[in-house]
Amino acid sequence: MEEVAPKVTIFIDGQPFEVKPGKNLLEACLSLGEDLPYFCWHPAMGSVGACRQCAVKVFKDENDTVGRLIMSCMEPVRDGLRLSIQNPQAKDFRSNIIGWLMTNHPHDCAVCDEGGSCHLQDMTVMTGHNYRKYTFEKRTYRNQYLGPFLNHEMNRCIQCYRCVRYYKDYAGGKDLDVFAAHNHLYFGRHEDGMLESEFSGNLAEVCPTGVFTDKTLKEHYTRKWDLTTAPSVCQHCSLGCNTIAGERYGTLRNITTRFNGEVNGYFLCDRGRFGYEFVNSASRVRKPLVRSKLPESTSKSIALEEAAKMIRNGRVIGIGSPRASMESNFALKTLVGDEHFYQGVSEPDHDLVEFNLEVLQQTEAHILSLKEVERCDAVFILGEDLTNTAPMLDLAVRQSVRQQPMLEDVPKAGFPMWQDAAVRELIQDKKGPLFIASFQPTKLDEIATETFNATPAEIARLGFIVASIIAGEEITVHDVSEQTQRLAKQIADTLLSAQKPAVISGTHGGRESIIKAAANIGNALKAKGKDVGIMLTAPECNSIGLDMLGGHRLESAFDAIGNGYADTVIILENDLYRRASAAQVNKFFDKCKHVIVLDSLHNKTTERADVLFAAGTYAESDGTLVNNEGRAQRFYQVYPTTEDMQESWRWLIQLGDQVQHQHMRGWEHFDDLLPAMVVAHPNLIGIESITPPAEFRIAGQKIPRATHRFSGRTAMNAVNNVSEPKPAEDPDSALSFTMEGYRGQAPSSIIPFYWSPGWNSVQAINKYQLEVGGPLRGGDPGARLIKPTLQSRSTHFNEAPEHFQPLDRHLFLVPLYHTFGTEELSVHTKGILEKSPEPYVMLNSHDAQEMNLAEGDTLAFKIEEQVYQLPVKTGSFIARGAAGLPIGLPGLPFAALPAWGILNREISWKKQPQPIS
Amino acid sequence: MFSLLRTMWLTFLHAFHKRDTVLYPEEKNYLPPRWRGRIVLTRDPDGGERCVACNLCAAACPVDCIALQATEDPTGRRYPEFFQINFSRCIFCGFCEEACPTYAIQLIPDFEMGEYNRQNLVYEKDDLLINGEGKYHGYNYYKVAGMAIGGKDKGEAENETPPVDIKSLLP
Ligand code: SF4
Ligand code: SF4
Ligand code: SF4
Ligand code: SF4
Ligand code: FES
Repeated sequence: MEEVAPKVTIFIDGQPFEVKPGKNLLEACLSLGEDLPYFCWHPAMGSVGACRQCAVKVFKDENDTVGRLIMSCMEPVRDGLRLSIQNPQAKDFRSNIIGWLMTNHPHDCAVCDEGGSCHLQDMTVMTGHNYRKYTFEKRTYRNQYLGPFLNHEMNRCIQCYRCVRYYKDYAGGKDLDVFAAHNHLYFGRHEDGMLESEFSGNLAEVCPTGVFTDKTLKEHYTRKWDLTTAPSVCQHCSLGCNTIAGERYGTLRNITTRFNGEVNGYFLCDRGRFGYEFVNSASRVRKPLVRSKLPESTSKSIALEEAAKMIRNGRVIGIGSPRASMESNFALKTLVGDEHFYQGVSEPDHDLVEFNLEVLQQTEAHILSLKEVERCDAVFILGEDLTNTAPMLDLAVRQSVRQQPMLEDVPKAGFPMWQDAAVRELIQDKKGPLFIASFQPTKLDEIATETFNATPAEIARLGFIVASIIAGEEITVHDVSEQTQRLAKQIADTLLSAQKPAVISGTHGGRESIIKAAANIGNALKAKGKDVGIMLTAPECNSIGLDMLGGHRLESAFDAIGNGYADTVIILENDLYRRASAAQVNKFFDKCKHVIVLDSLHNKTTERADVLFAAGTYAESDGTLVNNEGRAQRFYQVYPTTEDMQESWRWLIQLGDQVQHQHMRGWEHFDDLLPAMVVAHPNLIGIESITPPAEFRIAGQKIPRATHRFSGRTAMNAVNNVSEPKPAEDPDSALSFTMEGYRGQAPSSIIPFYWSPGWNSVQAINKYQLEVGGPLRGGDPGARLIKPTLQSRSTHFNEAPEHFQPLDRHLFLVPLYHTFGTEELSVHTKGILEKSPEPYVMLNSHDAQEMNLAEGDTLAFKIEEQVYQLPVKTGSFIARGAAGLPIGLPGLPFAALPAWGILNREISWKKQPQPIS
Repeated sequence: MFSLLRTMWLTFLHAFHKRDTVLYPEEKNYLPPRWRGRIVLTRDPDGGERCVACNLCAAACPVDCIALQATEDPTGRRYPEFFQINFSRCIFCGFCEEACPTYAIQLIPDFEMGEYNRQNLVYEKDDLLINGEGKYHGYNYYKVAGMAIGGKDKGEAENETPPVDIKSLLP
């Protein structure tokens, strides 16, 4: 942690204030709650002094009455400094500046998607420039097509440069820039086309005007003040970024960032931001279905009765899900009994996640949070293609490579870190160490010091060697090429000389040995006294949580039914066809007497259901997820639903009630589940107190989900019935579904939206933070369930795998991941489907040549019994004898990867001895 | 005593005054144009829907009796997909008209909206949209705004220069 420097005193308009040194005046003023307008400064990106909007008067001493105008974002805090925000000259200056910035601004607010959450609107009001003075001609631009996620309306630009600074400098994008000159500056791409960055959606929040806006929101546009919003957690990967989900007229309208200083900070990835459309999908299960009563849907009570009959008369097992909440999984586990609960994840994932958890519980290294990764000054990634497996971690690593040069050069040059332009000018292209060992080239390679493309076994071997070198022990890995040894030495030395080295790995490499290697490196560095951190990714949003709850493997569930040990199954939010081969799952279902399924979307598994319950998605549910670092985070229901659709845990509780389950007696609401869960699973202690209980009130009031400007309450339902119904009540949380309630700031874990008088845009976040850019008041939400224990022992693993050996007539298939396409739910968004690739198989170019295959030709192969016929892509960095198979893509049958694929007999391929590493 | 008699006398005199009451509905009273009665949605001079679905009227409405949803035609012109006013809630304050940046929503001197069934007081866009400009003539919001829509390209709005050629370095 940073040292606490003594506070210094500054005088704002004659009033003394204690502030932290090292900040700039703008940050200091905002942290003190002052309203000072700004545009180009951004808490995550520092100052460049481009817009001139933040001017204040600074005085030499108490006798100085004239003072001078300075840009507050460019001036460091000094002890005894005197400044004036209210000085008439400063005010006049700021009001003129905004007038000039806006000379060409169109008369668009009424049709602008930013309107109502526009920083420019807020700042014009703040500076008093309510009426335009400029009456002459305005410059115009043509807009660009930027892909399915963002809308472009260049006329609205005020040239603050935030977009390019974010997109290029912060997120490492290449295809957005500023063009032209003088007053013709143009912010866009060199030509129309999809933005390439996986983080482009943040432009909608970074741009203070309506130039970049959310295109998916435009499809069902709603002003911010009309949204019913609730704090939520992204469900599209294991990182658990915090989001705000907004609803209007019963459909989910948008996802915006919910600041969490420990996790995602100010940003989200595009999968998380735009992947919400599945909630509104036409293939939603909206009512319970009972097979004997098809094609009509049935009522809640009939469905419950039917299911209860099946449960009473059958021997029941339950299959949980890593994409369902802790509460739902726990309710199912309780309903069927611990010994009949199966995790419902694929074979490889089961082992890997279990191992992940073991490592997290035992590692000596510090378990990193996403934010901490940004501060690490040397990173070694083993077996992960972060951009595609844990996107925001890619963004964090992109910040970490700047750490070392910044820490080295900037203090010498003697200016503060927030001087963004100066810092970037100084360090230029200098990058801190980043080593990536992955199966195929990744997007992060461009900023890496060294990369290493090889099969999972070789990656693990490299990791083991690095760990041995760090620990200074003999290398037990046999048969290592000189090149690999040299690389391992370089990595080991670099990690050892760093102040905060980080090891990043996870389940996506497909091999336990890779995680073992990562754990070894962490422990070895710790033993050398390093402040080392480790981060392991997990497959899905609640993978770690599910594993903490425990449960048997899916294969055993198949056996249980197959052997006649059980005959009825309850499947919780899980498409088994994505967990095991179609043949296996079909056989399983054929053997089941009764299948009860709870899910939100129709899929191949729901087709086999005898009773299908309509489960709410995250927007219609309360629940808790445990992310990859073991952080429990609560998401809240956004809008009320009819009783035909409800949280899975509620269905299960009601089922328990029907069958008079003794352990579920008295369960009714969300808060009934948590204490029971902690009693049954002491390893989850802490999960019950991450948010205030449902009875929590401030001044006797609930926290409203809607803003005080929420419109149309007495008209939106009037077409159906002019007498307004009683507003829906939320018995499960301290939030109310309406605008009634406490108007002040909510506790940090249940902030439904950011708003403060005069601050309607997302920039209102400033007002919710302890200090600008810092943690939220009351602490960042969520709690780590995995705490370093005294029993932590530095487990040392020493089973380094043998060299990878290609096999004649076989291909070793390694899983490949795609930000857009791999994840089950987000592909229901049109734009994400558009960006996701068609199924393919990736081969080494030489292998392809030998097999007489050109790019695009079809290759046929078999994994277990599943036959694949896929177009070939080739790459020269793919290990020979191995191939990449994208998993999870829509239409691509499941395979438990990594696995050997048997090539079709027709294709002959000579075996050759190949050096792999 | 005297004041009592005076009052009675004055009341008596009223019997011979000109009548203030009119025989409504046979006879109709004059209502000034600024009378705040039934709400209409008007059209711009070119006959296009004036309302751009900005939601300002709905936000301004103190009883929240306006609900609408924005949508766009293929050329990018924004308009309300639906527009509902619940007149059984409306207090005819005129705030919506004040808030409207396009002169679309206007209150007109018509109050004859009585219904036996309260449900009939919920007006849809079909019931609200008239074929004219209402009280404010000549204003066409899209001619002023910078958005390109069908029939008005970039640079063709009032006080706009043609789109800049970003490849040119000339001043
Ligand atoms: S960017 Fe803001 S100020 Fe400009 S038109 Fe849009 S809402 Fe209005
Ligand atoms: S497009 Fe937006 S972020 Fe970029 S310079 Fe213009 S106003 Fe600033
Ligand atoms: S990184 Fe993962 S959790 Fe974060 S927004 Fe993207 S998909 Fe969601
Ligand atoms: S304020 Fe005017 S333009 Fe805006 S939604 Fe209401 S009627 Fe339409
Ligand atoms: S915020 Fe200070 S100059 Fe832009």
